Amino acid sequence: MEIVKLFNALPGACAQGLIWGIMAIGVYITYKVLDLADLTVDGTMATGGAVCIMMMLNGYPVGLSLLAAFGAGMLAGLVTGLLHTVMGIPAILSGILTQLGLYSINLRILGGKANQAISVDKYDLLVSLRWVKGVPFYKNTIFVTALFVISIIAVLYWFFGTELGCSIRATGCNANMSRAQGINTDVNKILGLMLSNGIVALASGLYTQYQGFADINAGRGAIVIGLAAVIIGQVVFGKIRGNFAFKLLSVAFGAIIYYLVLQVVLWLGLNSNDLKLLSAIVVAVFLAIPYLKGKYFARPVKRGGASHA
Amino acid sequence: MLKIEHIWKTFNVGTVNEKTALKGLSLTLNEGDFVTVIGGNGAGKSTMLNAVAGVWPVDEGKIFIDYVDVTRLPEHKRALYLGRVFQDPMTGTAANMQIEENLALAARRGSFRFLKAGITQKEREMYREKLKVLDLGLEERMTSKVGLLSGGQRQALTLLMATLKKPKLLLLDEHTAALDPKTASKVLDATERIVGRDHLTTLMITHNMKDAIVHGNRLIMMYEGNIIYDVSGEEKKKLKVADLLAKFEQASGGEFANDRMILA
Repeated sequence: MEIVKLFNALPGACAQGLIWGIMAIGVYITYKVLDLADLTVDGTMATGGAVCIMMMLNGYPVGLSLLAAFGAGMLAGLVTGLLHTVMGIPAILSGILTQLGLYSINLRILGGKANQAISVDKYDLLVSLRWVKGVPFYKNTIFVTALFVISIIAVLYWFFGTELGCSIRATGCNANMSRAQGINTDVNKILGLMLSNGIVALASGLYTQYQGFADINAGRGAIVIGLAAVIIGQVVFGKIRGNFAFKLLSVAFGAIIYYLVLQVVLWLGLNSNDLKLLSAIVVAVFLAIPYLKGKYFARPVKRGGASHA
Repeated sequence: MLKIEHIWKTFNVGTVNEKTALKGLSLTLNEGDFVTVIGGNGAGKSTMLNAVAGVWPVDEGKIFIDYVDVTRLPEHKRALYLGRVFQDPMTGTAANMQIEENLALAARRGSFRFLKAGITQKEREMYREKLKVLDLGLEERMTSKVGLLSGGQRQALTLLMATLKKPKLLLLDEHTAALDPKTASKVLDATERIVGRDHLTTLMITHNMKDAIVHGNRLIMMYEGNIIYDVSGEEKKKLKVADLLAKFEQASGGEFANDRMILA
């Protein structure tokens, strides 16, 4: 247990955290803004990478490949959205169906193989685990992914302030009221799912480059990591009053914290095979805390605390 | 302004809970009519309002708003014509959004929403003025989350939202029933003021017979999915609660004696 080993691993954890932070921002859109639990992301977290890698292996530039990954994610979100709104299937089941179907589609994208490697030496990648230190800062993966995070937050902050963005927030908050105000809640749910899955697929495209290969199982349990980031961000930074951009930023920080903690427990000697169990337990505990707090440790509200008309 | 022609609606078809809530109901509202609706539980008052609002399709019959056949239009498209306030104060507003954001959502009712700003500085000034009319001090809390407001404040805000963009028809579904008497009368006063100022055609359900007599220029009484009494003008002004009770007794063969209406 040399502390040097831990310190050497931290930049990598940071970079991974940032990439998963992008993914978690996608999860935030469905889970918090739309109030839907969308399990499609377990599929899209593999789809985005598969599309990105196969495009690059076929000679397309990295920018176009990432854009295609984003588009593929949006398509997956569209399918889930249609299953949910047009077919009336509960959101959680719609996501599971799309996710399962995506497994076969992902295999086809990957040319029938379970994984496809891409060499950082031969291809012009944006990020790589080799570039977390010892390279000029503009090439550093932490810098590049941080730029991605900031740009995505900026675009989302603008978007959710537009008429359309506001109506999507209203849809997640109160669907009855939204319809009474002339908002097509079905269309908005579909749009939100598309946007969310597009962002997740983009994160997947980056993550694949970072690792140097696309894997059919890359998305397994992705929703749990995404939720962990959302919840950790909420618990750690929730006390600070901030606007929407700050909330998204705290989600990204939540993902970084998640990966740093992961690195520490690995360094402490946890078998990496047990990581998924640990993740599941951590998320279960954090999801349960608000409920248990309210039920067993409720403090009475101060008299005169609530105002009346 | 509103024309309902022989609408029928049955819920839970083919189950033990099957209930025909509207039985060939017809109603015509003239422009500027302020109609109060009374009736016992299960008389079909809310069902009628929901049918007009398009919460679900009716089984038979037609509905026209401003001479447009809206029978087949989905709820969000009919919203173009309608302002609605619900019984539950939680239903009419988005709790996690700011007061001004809720108003901005309402101001865009019926228009296409795309990538223009969700709220502008000019609008904020306008909302501040409009909120002053409610006299609840909300104009000082425009960026507060609506979830922090009391039921009465939320109902008043919903009323403002429903009338922010002048609706062809205002639907009030017992919008003061969940409030304490003092707050209820405040919200009713605000209703009266706004409806009078904008000459809104209004359909207001109430459980309070006195309110039903005092407010509006026309009163209808519903029983078992139909209108059994329709009174307006001078005749309505002379009505007493006792007259209404007698009407109920007559219609229902005495069963209304136990209804919670008489407590109102």
